[in-house]
Order: sequence, then structure tokens, then C-alpha cells
Amino acid sequence: MPAPRKFTKFREVQAEIDKNGAALFVDKEGVESLIIHSPYTIHYIHSYAEDSAFFLGLASGVLRGSKCSKASCGFVYGTPRGHCMVCGSPTTWIELPKEGRIHSWTTCHFGGEAFLKETPYNLAMVEFDGVGSLLLVRLKECTESEIYIGMPVEARFEPKPKYSITDIWFVPKPAAASEKPRRG
Amino acid sequence: MVAGGVTKFAKAHPAMDFRLMVKRAYDAALAEVPELTTDRIDGSRVSYFSDHFSRQLKAASMVQDYLGLNPKGSVRIEWGGATGGECFQAAFEAVASGRMDVCLAAGYETMSRVATWKGNEFIALASDTNFDFPLGGFYTGYYALMVQRHIYEYIRLRKFAHIKDERQAQRMAIAEGTRVMALVSVKNHVNALHNPYAQYPKQLSVQDALNSEMISYPLTREQICTMSDGAAVAILCDEERAKEFTDRPVEVIGVGTGTDTMRLSDRPFGKVPLMPREKASDYTHLPYPGIHSFRAGRSAGLEAYRMAGIEDPNEELDFIELHDAYSSSEIQTYEDLGLCKYGEGYEFTERGDPFLTQVKYPFPTPKAGAIPVNPSGGLIACGHPVGATGLMQAVFAHWQLQGTIAEHFHDPTLQIADAKLGAIHSHAGTGSAVTVSILKRGF
Repeated sequence: MPAPRKFTKFREVQAEIDKNGAALFVDKEGVESLIIHSPYTIHYIHSYAEDSAFFLGLASGVLRGSKCSKASCGFVYGTPRGHCMVCGSPTTWIELPKEGRIHSWTTCHFGGEAFLKETPYNLAMVEFDGVGSLLLVRLKECTESEIYIGMPVEARFEPKPKYSITDIWFVPKPAAASEKPRRG
Repeated sequence: MVAGGVTKFAKAHPAMDFRLMVKRAYDAALAEVPELTTDRIDGSRVSYFSDHFSRQLKAASMVQDYLGLNPKGSVRIEWGGATGGECFQAAFEAVASGRMDVCLAAGYETMSRVATWKGNEFIALASDTNFDFPLGGFYTGYYALMVQRHIYEYIRLRKFAHIKDERQAQRMAIAEGTRVMALVSVKNHVNALHNPYAQYPKQLSVQDALNSEMISYPLTREQICTMSDGAAVAILCDEERAKEFTDRPVEVIGVGTGTDTMRLSDRPFGKVPLMPREKASDYTHLPYPGIHSFRAGRSAGLEAYRMAGIEDPNEELDFIELHDAYSSSEIQTYEDLGLCKYGEGYEFTERGDPFLTQVKYPFPTPKAGAIPVNPSGGLIACGHPVGATGLMQAVFAHWQLQGTIAEHFHDPTLQIADAKLGAIHSHAGTGSAVTVSILKRGF
């Protein structure tokens, strides 16, 4: 490896180490720091475990939530949980409606490094009739200026599933007169 | 608490690794109390948030090692963004339980070792990686979802209730909400002009804050804290030794913590746990916390106030250093901590209550000085090296209560006159965990 080149601007260091493996950063006090390229990749054997049926459902066009099995509780989850957060009983799988309303939303112009190429993208929390908790999804086929809280939306499923939460997304749906958004 | 020390927070400190940064903050703290030498310290609690940033597991051991504290007891504390606040309370517990006479709380983060957007990815790994992370890996997005709902509940449904066109009413509410959020951003950046430890002191205007780059609608760059390198330490001991080490000790008279679900999706729609001045009838139509408020912050505040015997935080506290990772979350936190009722955070800001009387802001602040919040500049202007942040707040609060801001900042401006009681507030992702500690002048 050649002798490392010197830099006084820290922001120029990364490109140099990516290219040549090392750089010498000199700060305002003249202190030199040797900086090296240090890559790190890992492939996990990730199990969805008790959440598996949710992701298998998405792959076959079914959106699943869960419902507390204790009759006196019966809490319905828009994002499934294996056990009830309220009473601790096991839950059972249920099928959720494919339509709901936007409870909140944002348009992300940046994101984690792996997602920068997808910007801008919309995130929405969806509320469903008769369901106690929400679901966070991507919202497509609309832009920042069109979206509002209470907007009716419906689900779309990825025809070539990747077994990820991105196998489902929502799009705007024409409003029905009777729909009333929830508070909170 | 008898002494504290901080390094300057910076975008990058390439000439210091985490051990040296902590050593610098530790030496600064020891220099304040010459009688307190390393041999008098019984052990430590060391905090940093993510192993990913330095790719050095069990790094806290190396801090203990570098400071020459082996073979004394030590343990790492990690609790997301609230890591520093939890570390402070862990050291408090070590002393309060009688296990140690003197305990060091030390925290750091070196976030410059990866590119900014990779850093955002690491932070977002502290969200549910099955359901939330794969949608964008981006915490700013989650906070944008929360403030959108906060604006909807408290501005759209109140101030603009008469507007029929839903989309138009919401846009008007967002414009109003972000304008007030910008006041908070200006406050914190301008306060920091007098704090030499701050990373981003700036003579910012409301327009600058609003017109800066959109990161996640409606949060712009100047309304969000940045990544930092930095370290902070606090040294805690029992009362007997405190008097031996210093004639200006600070007492910890209350600690509180709270938690909430990791996923925003799971947050309940229940009832508000009430502060002393609130009535259930104030919140008849407010399902709580939903995604608009931080239930963990309310829980932590209630516990800490109860222990400290505080009934009216506005009247009794002289200042608060709170976790303003976003200008929006500062306003949400005013309400959680009972500085105003839920829904009054925007008016509270506009009236000027959380502003300082001795600092000049580019807009009127009629009630300035009522309860100064983030006199130091907070996370938005000081930076947020996660494991150090909650301890940085402890150090700044310590200096306020000692009356030594002028000595430490080489500028007397930010000293709150005759400060006797202060609170520090540390907060983890989307409010999944919060700590509140109450500090009191002990002399």
C-alpha cells in the first residue's frame, strides 16, 4: 500500500480511504490521525418466528392482524403480536380489511443509506375499522401535496414477494360518504 | 453530584477514540474536585448507544481500563437515546443503595466513524426490524409521523375547526405548527452562541429554519439534531463524601423513568395520566397517547416529581435541559412534563415561557424566563453523541445549580440567576423510554 495522502478536510477522507485504503487526517492543531477503510458485511439467518404467518400472508395477498383469544379482552391488533399487550393472553390470527384511513403520514426526502435511492417515499400509519392498533406502511401513487390525515386508502400486494413488510403498500381510494376518522 | 466534565461536541474528533474522549471529560471533572482522586472512586457505569459505530463490542470495558479503574465494578448501560440519562440514574442507584460511596457515570459516542446516512440506518435499527426498519430505516420519518398527528389533534381540530376543506385545513395547521417549531429551533441555536461546548451555535432566523432542506415532511434540517462525537462524565457520591470533596455539591432529589411500545403502531388510545394541576375533564376527547405524545415522558415526569415533592413544575423548577432531538419533540415534551396542558405546547412556545430573558431572539418573547428550557442549546445546537447526551445535560445542570456557568462557558449569559432546582430529561426513540432526574443546589 502506498504512503497515505494527507487531508485537512475530514469530509474528503472517506472517498480517499474507499479508493486507496488509508489517509492521514491533519487537524487544526496539527495532530495527525491515520484513518483506514474498514468494511463490514454480514448475512443473518433471520427468522420471522412467531411473526412468520404475517409475511407468508402478504406473499399470498392476505393482510393479517391478530386478536386476543381471551373473550373478556379480545383486543384486535393492526400489526400482529403473538401475545396480547393488554392482558398477556395468546392471540389468534385474523384477516384485516384491505381498506383503511391514514392516521398520520410523512414524505421522507432522505432515509437510511440502504433506502436513499428510493427517496422521496411516503410513510403512512393506517387505521382500520374495528381494529385497536395501527399499521405502518409505504404509501404510493400519490405525492406530498395530495396526502391528508383521514384519506381513505387500500392495500396493494407485491406480485413477486420478497417476504418483507414492503410486500404490502397502500394507495389512495375514493372516499365513501360515511367514513369517519378516529381520534387520538 | 460533585463534578462533571464534557468534551466539546463535534461532527468528528478523528484524533481521539472513545477512550481518550472519555479520559478528557473525566480529567476535566477531576480537576474541579482536587480531593477526589481515582483511588476514591468505587466503580463506574459506562454508557454508549450502538456497538455499530465503533465496531468494538464491550467498549465500556476499554473505558474502565483506560481510566485506570480496574478491578473495580463497572457495567455498561444502553437504552437507546436515553442511554446517558439511564447511566446517570444507574450511578445514582449505585450510591443511593449504599453499594458504592463514589460512582462515576461516563458516556460517549463516536458517530463520525460512518457516513451520516449509514449512521441513520444504525439508529433506525433501534426500531422493529421486522415491521418498521425495512420501510425506510429512518427515525426522522417516525418523528414526522408523530408531529403530524400532534398538529392534527391540537391545531387542525382546534384552531382551524371552521375550515371545511380537509386538505386545506391540514396544510394551514402544518404551516402554523412548523412556524412555532421554528421558534424552538431558533431559541436553541441562539442560546448556544454562548456555550463553547456546542456543536452548532448559530444566529438563526425563523425563515432560515423553515426554508432549510426538507428531510421528512414537515421536519426541515434545522429542526433536527445532528450526529456527533463527544463524551461526558458525572461523578456522584454520598452526602458525607460530597461535603469533603466540594463546597458546591448538587443533590439528586428525584428520578423517574417510563417506557412505551417499540412500534408506534402499538401505542394505545387510552387515558392521560394526570399531573397535579390537570383534571380528567381537560382530556375528555383525547385518546392517549396515540402517536401524538410521549407517554413514557409523562410517566418519567410523574415519578420524578413525586419523589422530589414537586407539585407545580413551572413554579418550582428554575430550568429544564430536555431531549430536543427534534424541535417538535421539545414542544411535545413541554406537555408530557406538565409545563402546560396537552394541546397548549404551541401557545406556551409563542408566549415565550421556555425562552431566556437575557438572550435576544429575533421575535418577541413576552413571557421569557417563566421556565427556561434548554438554556445550553439542547441537542439541536449542542449535538447528540447519544451515550454522552444525557450526561452532558447533567453537567450543564450541575454548573447552572452551582452558579458556575460563567466560569465554564467563559461567558455569563446563560447563567440562570439563583438557580436552585433543575430537571434533566433523556429520551429514546419515538419515546420508547424516557428518564427524568431532578437536581437541586446542595449548598
